[in-house]
Amino acid sequence: MKYVDEFRDRDLAKSIALGIRQEADPGRTYNLMEFCGGHTHAIFRYGVKDLMPENVRFVHGPGCPVCVLSVRRLDDAVEIAERHNVILCTYGDMMRVPGTKQRSLIKAKAAGADIRMVYSTMDALKIARDNTGRQVVFFAIGFETTTPPTAVAIIQAQKEGLSNFSVFCNHVLTPSAIGHILASPEVRDLGTVRIDGFLGPSHVSSVIGSEPYEFFAEEFGKPVVIAGFEPLDVMQSTLMLMRQINEGRHEVENEYTRVVSREGNLKAQNLVSQVFELRQSFEWRGLGKVPYSALKIRKDFAEFDAEKRFEVTEKVSREVKSCECPAILRGVKKPTDCKLFGTVCTPDNPMGSCMVSSEGACAAYWTYGRYRDKARSSRQEAAA
Amino acid sequence: MTVAPSDPGRRNGTVDMVHGGGGRAMAELIKDLFQRHLSNPILDQGHDAALLEAEPGKLVVSTDGHVISPLFFPGGDIGSLSVHGTLNDVAMAGARPLCLTAGFILEEGFPLADLERIVMSMASAASQTGVPVVTGDTKVVEKGKGDGVFITTTGLGVVPHGVEISVARAKPGQAILLSGSIGDHGVAILSKRENLEFETEILSDCAALHTLVADMVAAAPDIAVLRDPTRGGLAATLNELARAAGVGMHLDETAIPVKDDVSAACELLGLDPLHVANEGKLVCLCEQADAGKLLSVMQAHPLGRDAAIIGRVTEDEARLVEMETEIGGLRVVDWLSGEQLPRIC
Repeated sequence: MKYVDEFRDRDLAKSIALGIRQEADPGRTYNLMEFCGGHTHAIFRYGVKDLMPENVRFVHGPGCPVCVLSVRRLDDAVEIAERHNVILCTYGDMMRVPGTKQRSLIKAKAAGADIRMVYSTMDALKIARDNTGRQVVFFAIGFETTTPPTAVAIIQAQKEGLSNFSVFCNHVLTPSAIGHILASPEVRDLGTVRIDGFLGPSHVSSVIGSEPYEFFAEEFGKPVVIAGFEPLDVMQSTLMLMRQINEGRHEVENEYTRVVSREGNLKAQNLVSQVFELRQSFEWRGLGKVPYSALKIRKDFAEFDAEKRFEVTEKVSREVKSCECPAILRGVKKPTDCKLFGTVCTPDNPMGSCMVSSEGACAAYWTYGRYRDKARSSRQEAAA
Repeated sequence: MTVAPSDPGRRNGTVDMVHGGGGRAMAELIKDLFQRHLSNPILDQGHDAALLEAEPGKLVVSTDGHVISPLFFPGGDIGSLSVHGTLNDVAMAGARPLCLTAGFILEEGFPLADLERIVMSMASAASQTGVPVVTGDTKVVEKGKGDGVFITTTGLGVVPHGVEISVARAKPGQAILLSGSIGDHGVAILSKRENLEFETEILSDCAALHTLVADMVAAAPDIAVLRDPTRGGLAATLNELARAAGVGMHLDETAIPVKDDVSAACELLGLDPLHVANEGKLVCLCEQADAGKLLSVMQAHPLGRDAAIIGRVTEDEARLVEMETEIGGLRVVDWLSGEQLPRIC
């Protein structure tokens, strides 16, 4: 298939892998954080690690929209669906994420709440048009990639006077999250998480451009390479990062030039700023409260803001005890460091968001990478 | 042979509760619609139970409920599916299918014209495959308690002497053969689902595989395992086999045929073709010595033209299905967790 097969070619992969082995300095390790779950997924889905030398390591970042949504916000969504008798429209991945006491949207649905899986904001608008007697809430999550479609839906709802439609907005910002990780004590002071460079987001960057990363490269001295989601993109970007590291450079480079420009998609950016403004603070799963890291709906569109339309109660929200999602999202731990991984927590019975989402690190480890554990345990047995 | 539709007056009507009441209306529906199209000497005896002549050999029985939505899809409908699906389950035992039974659950208000279209499609599938529907049952449920029509079919078959196809015979070293491209059925259904409609030329691969199986069994009676990878796709079928037989599998991603349109739809929807359903494909495990011969036999059959050897059975206590990826890495091929899409068959 055109524009796909070229980026999965075995011979090209071999030749990039050779370049990476030649570039790798055996005297050091290369700790590369892939910010996006899309990259984590590609690394495992295609077995990219098998083509890498031992000293090139991928540190999985928090760029999985489903994973970073706080339990509190999920509990609120469940409450809106259950208590206010609305039709709650959500992206499918969100359905099975466990909230407090493992209450998920799918469980709420089974108990009678009207929760519908949609593929786009346009589906949610259609549901609102078809059900004018009912309140329809779109559960908006995601980074800069999914924000413009939400903006379009809100503008469209206003145009049509769809007074029964509203949006529960949980859109978050990538640069704030990267800044938060780089400024965290684990990275900055304690050195428990080593990050030598970033594989920068692909779809997010198609909207915001590569320019917002220039600050990190400069301020924290970390190279960034904007990388596409295909396996050869990931490999080529890895090679570009290693070259920067070896040469002591810390620049923003763009491997994904077929889609990403420096300034990004201005039309989309304008739509977003028309509808949304910055929140002072927003709670992320794993990262905690991060200042200016999320968006809320502007006053001009307040009538479509579900937070203003539906009251939610104060509640104590809790993650599943001993679920390591928060530490995994910060790159501090690996999925296999979690006691629950693969025992009580599997994709069929997830305890945390990272095991639910197809972009979550735990799901990627479990779904594609289990043989690595098998290989490891057999090595350990052999050593014993 | 297909019979013309019944009188035009009936075609305007809908199913009502009286059709399930056991009275004259029900008798007429059975006679004018079901018997009219599905007619064969055994069904026409009109007994509640069909009487069959016993045949020597091992008897195979399989039953399958069909609840697909939409009822009519590119490349088939619930009628043809309910014949092919069950015949395939019988055929996967290496059996020659003898006959089918059919149970209909109809929802009040369902258009009789649609019901007739479905029954005609069943009749056509039955006559093309040479496997008659010998007895059946009809029930009607209130509006809102069903979704148009559900069809349960049961198939009966006989396994020839000397053929012993069983999961237990999967052994490390055997070759894994696949009869053609994967994901066609699931993508065809997806393309017609509400909120998801997209343009594609892909037709469901819905087909009866018993003649392909007959050719294969004739060429290599020692086939170890046959399975049709329906719901959950190839990934689920291979994992089921690996788990049941206590073996592992090693696949080569580049050897697995996937049509361009299917691959494009899967990219767009974030699906893995390995998890997408098929209704006219089979997986075969056999000794390496038979693999080449079986592959040629399969490729010579219209339903196996794109057949390929996609991997081998391995020794693996963890019973994992693993795959060398397009770029030459290694990954696990897992079951699908949750449900990709409900009501696909």
